[in-house]
Amino acid sequence: MLATAVIVFREVLEAALIVAVVLGASRGIAGRGRWVAGGIALGVLGACGVAAFADLIAESFSGTGQALFDAVILLAAVAMLAWHNIWMSSRGRRLAVDVAAVGHEVRNGTKPLVALLVITLVAVMREGSELVLFLWALAAGGAQHLGMAGGILAGLAAGALVGVLLYRGLLFIPIRYFFSVTGGLILLLTAGLAAQAAGFLNQAGWLPALGNGLWDTSSILSQASVPGQLLHILVGYIARPSGIQLLFYVGTLLTVFTLMRVVGRQAARIRPTAAKLDAHTDTQLTGS
Amino acid sequence: MASRFAPLVLAGLLITTATALAGAPASPELIIANQRFSPQELPLPPAIKVRLVIRNQDALPAEFESYDLSREIVVPGHSQVTVYLGPLPPGRYRFFNDFYQAAEGWVVVSALPAVPEGN
Repeated sequence: MLATAVIVFREVLEAALIVAVVLGASRGIAGRGRWVAGGIALGVLGACGVAAFADLIAESFSGTGQALFDAVILLAAVAMLAWHNIWMSSRGRRLAVDVAAVGHEVRNGTKPLVALLVITLVAVMREGSELVLFLWALAAGGAQHLGMAGGILAGLAAGALVGVLLYRGLLFIPIRYFFSVTGGLILLLTAGLAAQAAGFLNQAGWLPALGNGLWDTSSILSQASVPGQLLHILVGYIARPSGIQLLFYVGTLLTVFTLMRVVGRQAARIRPTAAKLDAHTDTQLTGS
Repeated sequence: MASRFAPLVLAGLLITTATALAGAPASPELIIANQRFSPQELPLPPAIKVRLVIRNQDALPAEFESYDLSREIVVPGHSQVTVYLGPLPPGRYRFFNDFYQAAEGWVVVSALPAVPEGN
């Protein structure tokens, strides 16, 4: 039961952390809860679908189908996160003071709600499909049903709990810094997912490694350990990165960061009042 | 002059041979049977890209995973997948079945044959 719980926990954790960060970063956008919930529901469906067709996917493209599939959906998540972050960098300041106006913009379809849905969908689908396969293997292997059910529930609860804790923790950040912190978190998360995608493309033979194991920090912080895994999910920590992973990480980081700055500066020029309103934000966002 | 370039020529020959070998169809295979990897120690040549075929003979799905190799792939029951590895520096790289962690094995990359120096 404990082994089951640990594996379920690990798979749930990744999705839960991503959802927590995304929920935090989109604070103040009307309707985000519904879109994220929709993403989770579609993700669970997708996970079952992927698990059901796992052998078809695995054997396509001469046996590299799964890595390519992972790379594609990760890159989709990267694109959505980048879009979300760049959009937020133009609105973030205003969100804090003018939730109603932003809600209006979002209803009119100017917004990254679709991005929220896709990000959650991808996070849940990717980890979920592995979970479904694992549980199936476990059940078929003759595990005791009671212990297995207990393990699943414990793992699910623990993973979800960490997600909730992270989200609640984020809410403690003073609103003045809030969107800078969540923006930074999303930026690192995005770069980490891009590096993972590069790893899968290299695994499928589509990209060169450009050096395997540029360095090795596994003796300092093993990727198998809990902190190593948390950092892997949140900021893309890889103990033995390859050159192509580093390239994707740094490239994504710089590209998205530059776009955020450019868009943010343009927005500030268009709305010079935003800076002035900033001073009042601490008292205004307590309700959201 | 000739003696100065000899190591270079030798290295060049070695690389050519290695490349020719890499082009050869023989891609190493890793079998999963009865929830065990075989071979448990998989020897691979250094410094070239290798196409590894992982064949799962069990009905149960497995997940080949390795932090050392930074590889992760589900191998459904009765199917086979392909993973590209390397070029890898010599060393031992641990892998395991993430769905059944008692099953583990190592990729063992041997050192390059030493090139004699100074002749």
